[in-house]
Amino acid sequence: MQLKVQYYALMREQAGRSEEMLETAAATPADLYVELTSRYRFTLTREQLKVAVNSEFSDWSRRLAAGDAVVFIPPVAGG
Amino acid sequence: MRFRFTSTAIDTAQARRQLLDQGAGGYVSFEGWVRDFNEGQEVTRLEYEAFQELAVKEGERIVAEALQRFPVRQALCIHRIGNLDLSDMAVWVGVSAVHRGEAFDACRHIIDEVKHRVPIWKKEHYRSGDSGWVNCERCAAAPHHDSASHSMHK
Repeated sequence: MQLKVQYYALMREQAGRSEEMLETAAATPADLYVELTSRYRFTLTREQLKVAVNSEFSDWSRRLAAGDAVVFIPPVAGG
Repeated sequence: MRFRFTSTAIDTAQARRQLLDQGAGGYVSFEGWVRDFNEGQEVTRLEYEAFQELAVKEGERIVAEALQRFPVRQALCIHRIGNLDLSDMAVWVGVSAVHRGEAFDACRHIIDEVKHRVPIWKKEHYRSGDSGWVNCERCAAAPHHDSASHSMHK
């Protein structure tokens, strides 16, 4: 299954890219984060993040579908 | 559109005009500015980055909630992205209302919620030459504590 993953802020720097198309067997955002953390050595734990699928906040246990756009959201700091 | 981003200086005169309402007896605004220190470090400049598709939706939801929760007439929030220098305005919130009390309350509510919910990130550059993503670097190394997000750092 192919997914689009976008990276922001600290995670963009750690991944060395702002987005990519990814071939993965991950069934959920939680599985995907485990896979990507082993690849990019992300330092933030899942408990520190939120996740969005197709530009809306999502549960970590949502079933991903081909073509979904996933964004992991580090602790925010607006204002 | 009650929440938006801009990559150039926030035009507060133009923003204020959007809140004019003949039923309003008062107007309150908040400006967040870039400060020269945070958590013991001398800050020289900031970068703001946002996940704009979701940030605009969440920002709109926050302002809509404020309009529903407080009896105010108009409300608007504008946030900068990109590179900012010391004393630049990072965020602007304005509210007009029949009475001043609701305008203060709604303005406070909007800025507090924006800081906690909208996917915007701030990278500080320090006098030392070091830099860091606020709320991300230290919390990755140590248990999360929330003082940074309550310090009214601008």
